Formats: sequence, C-alpha cells, structure tokens
Amino acid sequence: MISIKNLQKIFKSGNTQVQAVDDVNLNIEKGEIYGVIGYSGAGKSTFIRLLNRLEDPTSGEIVIDGEDIASLKAGSLRKARQEIGMVFQHFNLLWSRTVRENIAFPLEIAGTPKKERQERVDELIKLVGLGGREDAYPSQLSGGQKQRVGIARALANRPKVLLCDEATSALDPETTDQILDLLVDINEQLDLTIILITHEMHVIRKISHRVAVMEEGKVVEEGDVLDVFLHPKEKVTKRFVEQIMGDQDQDEAVETILAQYQTGQVVRLHFVGEKTNQALISEVSREFPSVSFNILQGKITQTSKGAYGTLYVHMDGTEEDIKKAIDYISETSVQVEVNDHVS
Amino acid sequence: MFHKLFPNANVEDLITATEETLYMTALSVIGTFILGLLLGLLLYLTSKQNIWANKPLNFIVATIVNVFRAIPFIILILLLFPFTEFLMGTIRGPNAALPALIIGAAPFYGRLVEIALKEVDKGVIEAAKSMGAKTSTIIFKVLLPESMPALVSGITVTSINLISYSAMAGVIGAGGLGDLAYLKGFQRWDFDVVFLATILIVIIVFIFQFVGDFISNKLDKR
Repeated sequence: MISIKNLQKIFKSGNTQVQAVDDVNLNIEKGEIYGVIGYSGAGKSTFIRLLNRLEDPTSGEIVIDGEDIASLKAGSLRKARQEIGMVFQHFNLLWSRTVRENIAFPLEIAGTPKKERQERVDELIKLVGLGGREDAYPSQLSGGQKQRVGIARALANRPKVLLCDEATSALDPETTDQILDLLVDINEQLDLTIILITHEMHVIRKISHRVAVMEEGKVVEEGDVLDVFLHPKEKVTKRFVEQIMGDQDQDEAVETILAQYQTGQVVRLHFVGEKTNQALISEVSREFPSVSFNILQGKITQTSKGAYGTLYVHMDGTEEDIKKAIDYISETSVQVEVNDHVS
Repeated sequence: MFHKLFPNANVEDLITATEETLYMTALSVIGTFILGLLLGLLLYLTSKQNIWANKPLNFIVATIVNVFRAIPFIILILLLFPFTEFLMGTIRGPNAALPALIIGAAPFYGRLVEIALKEVDKGVIEAAKSMGAKTSTIIFKVLLPESMPALVSGITVTSINLISYSAMAGVIGAGGLGDLAYLKGFQRWDFDVVFLATILIVIIVFIFQFVGDFISNKLDKR
C-alpha cells in the first residue's frame, strides 16, 4: 500500500546542514496502524510531513497506492493530498468556522456540491461522536472535542491513508485514550491505513500493529509491536519499552529481593498473547510437587496484538527438579529467562 | 439657543460640509481597504518562507510602501495634483481629494494588513495545504477570514486617519468640514464655526470607532 524507499531530507541553512531523515525504507500494509516512535529531534515529525509533501524530500521515493508522491507536480500533488488525511498535534482548526464548517472545509476544497457536503458532514459528526456540537466554534470545545473535529476533517474526503502527527500529545491521559479508541474504531470500520508518530510508547502499545523506532533520522528498529516489546534490540527501544513495562524503582526493588535468595532459582517468565490467561503456575506446581513456587513480582500490559506480561518466580527444590520444571515451562509458549543473580 | 452659541453658523453649510466629509471618508475607506489589502497580501505572501517568497518583489513593494508613508500628507496632495487632474479632470471638490486620500492611507493600511496576516496560525495554513488547497483558497478561505477582526480594527484606525486627512484636503479646496472650518471660520475669524466643525468631526470619529470595534468584536470567535 505504502512503500518508502531511500527517503532522505537534508535541511540546509548557511553552511550547516542537518540530516533530518536519513535513508528510511518502510513498507506499510493496507489497513494497518503503523506507529513511528522517537524522541524529539529524531526526525519523525519531518518524516510524516514528507509523506504528504508538506516538506519536499531531498531524495527517495514515496509510493502510496501506486503513485509516487515525491515526483508529483503541484496540480496533481494537490489532488493526491485530498486523499491523504492529516491530524495535527495542535488541531489546527479554523477558529472563524464552526465545527460543521471546519469539517466541510476539505470538501469545499475538493469541490463537493453543497448538498453532498452537508450529508457527508452529518455522517462524520456522527462517526466521531460530536452530535449536538455542530454549531459550536472551536474556542467552545475541549481539547478532545477539537481533535475529534480534526479527525472528522481529515476523513472528509475518504482518504486512503490517515497521517497523525502527535495527535494525542496535547491531550490529557484520559482524553488520549478516548481519541486512540476512536482511531482504532475508524481503522476497523473503514479499513483505513493509519500512520502515526508519537513520543509516547503508550500510544504505540495501545493501538499500533507495527512500529518503527527512529533515532537521528534513521529507523533503528522495526517490527510487530509485540516483538519489539519482547525483544527490544536498540538502547532507545529499551528505553521506550521501559516507559510502560518497568520503571527503574521497581527493577531495583526486584534486584534487592533476588539477592536475598540463596537457594533455588529465580526465573523471569514472559507471557505473550492469549497464553497470559492460562493457569501456568498452578499447573506446574501440580506437576512438580517437590518444587515450591514463590511469585515475587508480576506485571501485565495490553497491546493491540494481545496482552504481554512478565512474572518473577522463585523456585526452590532440588536442582534436578527445578531444571525439569523449567524445561516443562519452556515447552509451553511462555518464555523463560533464567536469572543469574542466584547461584 | 443654537444661534446664540454659534451666531455665524449656517445650518445648510454645515450639512453640506458634513455630507462631503462623510462622502470623502466613505469612498476613500473603501479604496484604501482594497488597495491596502492588495499591498498587505503582497507584502505577506512574498516574504521569506511564504507561499510566493520572492525577495526582489518583496523589496520593491516594501520600498514603495515606505516611501509613500514617509511623505507628509499635505505635500502628497500637492505632489499628486497633476495625477489627480488627469484622473478626475479637476483638482477641486471632494472627488479630487480621493486619489490623494487613498494613496496616502493605503500603504499605512497595507502594513497593518501585513501584521494581521502574520498573526494567522501557521498550523492552520499548513492544514489547508495538507487538504490540497490552492493558494487562492488559502487566501480567501483561510488568511482573510482568520485575520478579519484585525483587518477590521486596522481599517477603523485607518478610517480615522482618513477623516483627518480629508479635513486637511478641505483646506486646499476639497470641501467638507475642513474646508468649512478654514474658509467660513478661520478666514472670517468666526471661531464659533471652527469650533462647530471640530465637534462634528469628533462625533464622526467616535461613530467610526464605535462601529469598527463592534464589528471587530462580533467577528472574533476566538
């Protein structure tokens, strides 16, 4: 659906040049929610603005639905942009227009006849849940409502893809979740491809199917959200995963506890997807009555591809029994990480 | 009562003069609004990193604006006499004052328009671009509506300048309250007439200011 090849953007000012986007290659499938995460200055904002040519790429290809956006002339670029919706961090609504008029704006640009325009606007207002607020001005709306208008506006011309530029970064946590739910709804209802950039791992975790991690203009890691969560390779990715999976305080606490155990074995279990719901521990303890299990710490988080949890367990018993128990667990889909802190 | 306070005032003269002042002001405000809007848009759009970014053109427009703003109005009228005569066929009466009034006020209003446009949220312009808007759409559906309250208060300030310019033009034969104050008042040493003309001008200014503020507030939905 979307294929990005060797995409580069270099900003020049005087003698200095900044490589904002450095040789990015990505393929995004139709109907996918694709997240790009990075800290500020990583180039993710420039990246998403290249996709609808709000910035012109220095070199590279951006093919959306068979059309190379990077090489379009002004007139055809305007046409192409009508099929690429964009949602902004600061909403960017026209304060001089009501909700209804704001949503109608892209339809006016596309030359939709008035009657059709009104019907479409009514549809969109229902879709984003703004019924009753049609005639309000943006200044009378809350942040979440403003972003709903922003989303409705971006969807007005039935785009092939929706670009979200830090769409939830200006919202409080609860409103963020509501907007994310709305995006998932839209993705499922319309089978719409969504590309979002963010600096919050929470956003990626909650709605993305796949994720790319950007640092210094490059995509340093890419894959299914769950894989990236489970096996973060790069340092920045680990830092992002830590944002939700573990805060440092707790990790330190666990380490202190680990140090206290002189016998047995402490293992860290990774539960992925549906297996999270299985009664694994009680099953193993039934199977190996000679081994005692003590749960030290557990944590679970929900991603769009299922749940992901970790569990620290202390196992005590004979070395042989422990080994058998670990082997038994390893045969299930739960991954076992043997902790070396205890000898 | 009126005749006791203003023994030398002729009501008919006053009405004619007021009408002439209002006529000159109204037409010159319209002319200034259009010409100033064009100048302001040109200044804004050709500025750095804008839609029509064009350094030489921006420099030329800015220079014209600055030069005309630097010329004192009374000299500008004299300077424009040949042009006025060519354009209007006369150098006397309210119509003859219009070219000088518009050319004198438009550069000032142009700068106010430029400032107003600069205040429009860049993000909103970007959003319009991302929807595939043409430049003309951005001008007429984003830039102008989003800056309208500032454009209206700008034209209010300018129209008050124009009222005082029109009085100045009156002194050298354009008619209106300035003309009345000078010819029928000052020249005959009838200061009650000068005073009355002043009161009328102040009332007109107040009305313009009030209407301008009212419209500007009404338009502002922020």
